[in-house]
Amino acid sequence: MQIASMHFKANASVKLKDSTLQKAMLKAKGKFVDGRAAAIQELGNFEEIREAGKSIRNRVLENLDVWLLRFEQEATARGAIVHWAQTGEEVNRIVLDIARQHDVKKVIKSKSMVSEECALNPALESAGIQVVETDLGEYILQLAHEPPSHIIAPAVHKTREEVADLFVAAHHTERKTDAAALAHEAREVLRPHFLDADMGISGANFLIAETGSTVVVSNEGNGRMVTTLPRVHVAITGVEKVVPTLEDFSTLLRLLTRSATGQPISNYVSLTTGTRSVDDPEGPEYFHIILVDSGRTKLLGTELQPALRCIRCGACMNHCPVYQNVGGHAYGWVYPGPIGSVLTPAYVGIENALDLPQAATLCNECGVVCPVKIPLPDLMRVLREKQFEGGMRPWAERLSMKAWRWAALHPRIYALLTQTGAKFLKILGGREKMLHKLPGLDGWTDGRDMPAPAGETFRAAYVRHKRKAG
Amino acid sequence: MRVGLFVTCLVDLMRPSIGFAAIKLLEAAGCEMVVPETQTCCGQPGFNSGDRKTAQDLALKFLDEFEGCDYVVAPSGSCAGMIRVHYQDLFKDQTNVLARLTNLTNRTYELTDFLVNVLKLQTVPGRFTGSVTYHDACAGLRELGIKQQPRELLGKVSGLSLCEMNESAKCCGFGGTFSIKLGEISTRMAENKCMNIDASGADAVVAGDLGCLLNIEGRLRRRGDKQTRVFHIAEVLAGLND
Repeated sequence: MQIASMHFKANASVKLKDSTLQKAMLKAKGKFVDGRAAAIQELGNFEEIREAGKSIRNRVLENLDVWLLRFEQEATARGAIVHWAQTGEEVNRIVLDIARQHDVKKVIKSKSMVSEECALNPALESAGIQVVETDLGEYILQLAHEPPSHIIAPAVHKTREEVADLFVAAHHTERKTDAAALAHEAREVLRPHFLDADMGISGANFLIAETGSTVVVSNEGNGRMVTTLPRVHVAITGVEKVVPTLEDFSTLLRLLTRSATGQPISNYVSLTTGTRSVDDPEGPEYFHIILVDSGRTKLLGTELQPALRCIRCGACMNHCPVYQNVGGHAYGWVYPGPIGSVLTPAYVGIENALDLPQAATLCNECGVVCPVKIPLPDLMRVLREKQFEGGMRPWAERLSMKAWRWAALHPRIYALLTQTGAKFLKILGGREKMLHKLPGLDGWTDGRDMPAPAGETFRAAYVRHKRKAG
Repeated sequence: MRVGLFVTCLVDLMRPSIGFAAIKLLEAAGCEMVVPETQTCCGQPGFNSGDRKTAQDLALKFLDEFEGCDYVVAPSGSCAGMIRVHYQDLFKDQTNVLARLTNLTNRTYELTDFLVNVLKLQTVPGRFTGSVTYHDACAGLRELGIKQQPRELLGKVSGLSLCEMNESAKCCGFGGTFSIKLGEISTRMAENKCMNIDASGADAVVAGDLGCLLNIEGRLRRRGDKQTRVFHIAEVLAGLND
């Protein structure tokens, strides 16, 4: 996927003025936030499970190579072919090779964010292969020629009215805005594709080392059809998705669906283990699993390692007040919200996503809801430190930080400056005691007034009072 | 009990009455107040901007200035959170500093937390005619667990009725330098907060952090609301809300 993260600020500005988007975001916020809260309340011991989930993920990351090799061994023993890809381009090359090998003309896909990282669809299409997205949200976006804006609800930025228009244009049917009717129409259109596709491409929410299984957690039946109907199934996922055992997986599943959609469990949880065989006549003849690095292992052993615990529930973005107002596209790459503000700079280069670590008030709603306790604000601070140390902030900001540092460490001069500033600003504030414009602080005063200072600093006033009293 | 007042840079510069209100409350409860004159800032702007070195230097400055106190109190959850939670991160590799620092930061409190949980304050001098709505500032709430303390104290103010707004725990959009760097998003978040304040019908909005209050008041006035009053909780509790 093309990286537009450099333009976060400008993109966010456009999104703030997009009334259709704002309507869609408001609706989504209620659904996700309230749903999660209710599901967690019902569970009772969510905190304990969170702690267990965190330690499972940490255990994996401490010995990632061991669990991956175990996974490869078990998957291979059951007839799957495991590929290792360092980059997105390598993923695309592997998929194209497999497609050529099996003379694939049409691919059906269920949702895969890693395939978005790789820009897999355009690569397949330019090789003359038809790609059909079968997740309802992804299908809508394929019609709209847009990337997903959310990791579990890719078309969350679209209103039903917009979907209705897209369907009329694509299907030449009567316009309908009822959600069930729209879903029904998509199902009718997609069914023939399921039946005549040569290859199914899915992601995987988890890889289970002890059984060599890939797992798809989904609310639509499409995932199961993509992984079982075509002759060839290709599962693409990040190397960090591995978990040791089925037991570990079940703990993480309890966290995932509740955190994501507020469901105790999703409508479908599909474990795909090996190819079809005499004892197991259903499923694909060929099962390829592509394990993707693409920047992930680079984070191991660094302060950013906790980000690899992520199980992609989307709770951090659903609860983020910045995301809630600007939507996912503003973030300019595959992963939006707080986790995106960490992963995007980490995966595509901090120089390509300068605004993202800054795109947060560090309010820590994300850290509080994360089911595997990723300290997202701390990780954003780590990236801010890298920016600061690498001189990657604007010169005016660097200069003012330097001046502030110097003053704060020289109390007498600091007192003089603040006392003078307070007096001056009080006069500027006038009878209204409000400042409407402050040079260099347009970011504030463009949308807000600044209450004027009282005119004397606390410390000056305190000394004066003490003298008077003493 | 010797209690150091960490005034905070914003209170010092913008609204000294909050510092005096804190002193009034603490002295009335029998504390002997210590106000180091050389204090400036806790270092949070540096810490959150990636300038770890400056944050460390200011943490050491804080240590020098307040080490002799039994407790340190700040009228801000944000600064108290910086001191209590993040100072330790800054020196995690320097065990000798860390021990001294932790000893002090464990005795550092946000004002309402200190009044309720350490001083067990029963009465407050404040009087207020009308209703207030309380905004939970992020750091106080999510780093220090400040939620019930301010509400309990507001309940002791004679004449005051508390009416909760929707999403009282949602960030107002201040976020320190975020409010300037990403001003448009910050403004929208402040606007959302103002809509909730407006819908609560309260006569005044109260919070424990001046940063939020400047942001909220600035947006209220810009959107044409000249009525809703804006107070720091210390001012209301101490009766300095004239």
